[in-house]
Amino acid sequence: MTTTPILEARDLFCTFQVRQGMFQPKRPLHAVNGVSLSIEKGGVLGLVGESGCGKSTVARMLLGLQEPTSGTLAIDGQPLEEIGRKDLAKRVQPIFQDPYSSLNPRKTIGSIIGLPLYVHQIGHASERRRKVEDIMDLCGLPKRAYDMYPSQLSGGQRQRVAIARALVMRPEIVICDEPTSALDVSVQAQILNLLLDLRRELGLTYVLISHNLAVVELIASKVSVMYLGRIVEEAEGQDFFRDPRHPYSQALLASVLTPEAGLGVPDAQLGSAFPNPIDPPPGCTFHPRCAHAGDACRTIRPAPIRDGRGLVECHLFDESVTV
Amino acid sequence: MTTTLSVENLRVSIPLAAGVLHAVRGISFEVARGETLCLVGESGCGKSLTSLALMNLLPSRAKREADRIALNGTDLLKLGERGMAKVRGSSMAMIFQEPMTSLNPAYTIGNQLEEGIRLHKGVSAKEARERAVYLLEKVGITAASSRLGQYPHQLSGGLRQRVMIAMALMCGPELLICDEPTTALDVTIQAQILHLIKDLQREFDMAVILITHDLGVVARVADRVAVMYAGEIIESGDVGEIFSRPTHPYTQSLMNCIPVPGKTAHGERLGTIPGIVPSMIGEMTGCAFANRCGYARDICLEPLVTRELVPNHAVRCVRAEEVAAINAGETLRAGSPA
Repeated sequence: MTTTPILEARDLFCTFQVRQGMFQPKRPLHAVNGVSLSIEKGGVLGLVGESGCGKSTVARMLLGLQEPTSGTLAIDGQPLEEIGRKDLAKRVQPIFQDPYSSLNPRKTIGSIIGLPLYVHQIGHASERRRKVEDIMDLCGLPKRAYDMYPSQLSGGQRQRVAIARALVMRPEIVICDEPTSALDVSVQAQILNLLLDLRRELGLTYVLISHNLAVVELIASKVSVMYLGRIVEEAEGQDFFRDPRHPYSQALLASVLTPEAGLGVPDAQLGSAFPNPIDPPPGCTFHPRCAHAGDACRTIRPAPIRDGRGLVECHLFDESVTV
Repeated sequence: MTTTLSVENLRVSIPLAAGVLHAVRGISFEVARGETLCLVGESGCGKSLTSLALMNLLPSRAKREADRIALNGTDLLKLGERGMAKVRGSSMAMIFQEPMTSLNPAYTIGNQLEEGIRLHKGVSAKEARERAVYLLEKVGITAASSRLGQYPHQLSGGLRQRVMIAMALMCGPELLICDEPTTALDVTIQAQILHLIKDLQREFDMAVILITHDLGVVARVADRVAVMYAGEIIESGDVGEIFSRPTHPYTQSLMNCIPVPGKTAHGERLGTIPGIVPSMIGEMTGCAFANRCGYARDICLEPLVTRELVPNHAVRCVRAEEVAAINAGETLRAGSPA
């Protein structure tokens, strides 16, 4: 069965020109270096990777906030540039990490959530108020919060406001960039439950960016692992967590601290830190940290290998290359 | 094991316009040499204020009271600000959450590393430099001597946290307090930093107090755990005991809140804790968790004490035995064939 994916990105590149010092010439930084993604309607794509790997840049491009240097983006088969800015905002909405800095402290909750309706000139004031109250109810916010200010709410309630604001236009796709990292564990649980419920009730599609792999495992139906601007592995959620293939994915999963006493801190053998994206290592960009790296990995850049289980970009899985 | 730090009945209160906020309400604990104690709890439970109170670094309007705070037999309560300044950074040191904001951007790494030891131990510039290089290598920083001339902004987050750890160890402290040392870091770096802290603890035979909200970190790093809620330690004990038999209803709910890989099914709803933390302004009697607890009865509003149910496992819950019995019954039913 082939269906058009609701969101599809093909060969996305995003290059920034950066200066490393005051008198240095500008040099290109390939933040996103050929990324392809696709997600079916109602699915949850988990995008994981370390800070600096380009996952937030991908999110910004999906939201139309960052123009890709090259590559195509399509929603429901329709290229992004054909969709106007306002129409895109109706269909794709973000939820950000920090509910403290993403809400205007001088606006009431009602006006924060209702702003998209106002911008899109939807209905009369009374109609808009009803829509805002509906979505507040759906997101578990009390009615009295309508006239409150963000400072009067707790962190969890603020994140509910951010979710309500994202959903008030009834978008199809929600980009969640670390939606629970700034929250306490008990509040995180409430927000994750809310995201799960809303997906079922409203048929939403999520792109979930998170470094918390336990959260990704709970929610994501499909996982893409990013390393230095490339997707190095892509698989169905269940397959990925049962049997990660790329050495980097394995290291990421090995680093997760599950709450089991007595196991000690795992050693993922990742060695040196994340490389400088301005001077990426030659060959496979992961080779300086990889326990399996051989001569081929230091010189030849691996090609993506697609098979029945998804995608992996590693010489270990390429029969034509001996590591 | 020799006790490095012993704290009895520590209280921190902050006067506010609305009344006195009792942020830490009479907590007692001990840490021995070579041992790791994890203080775990959610924001506002008083865990960070506890660490600041130990270092006597509380904001000026916050008031610290205690029956006893002793570091290797020295009563810290009797030391004045000058005496505390001698102890702080020398025999007890602290690592903070945000390595960017706790390093001075205007000074080189070397400058900041060497300042403390020259002040406390009066060593020569050369000796201080050698110690700095030695510790930077110990914390896994390559090309250590060339790093000394660098500024914090030239280092990545993981490297900065390593520098912070090296700085804390410069004077060879007996007690290391780590306040959320890995919260701002990636999972891969988190594991490395925690590894490092454990290795250095073994090597220098330090007592470590680690403050975190992450139960995964607690399970993997702690020898003993103290769970804090609303300024009190509501459950404490050996790490294995706490994770295999969490007894306080709050500890149990907290553990049900986190998705556990391999145990929580895909798309399964997580446990939640209804209600919110009570206001800590003014006096509070009875159990602080009673208003959110599914097991609460009238008796929970009476004054209560922390009891040791089995050796090395103390709980602040009057109904602990009944709760445990109810849980055992549920497990039995869940385990029996339908």
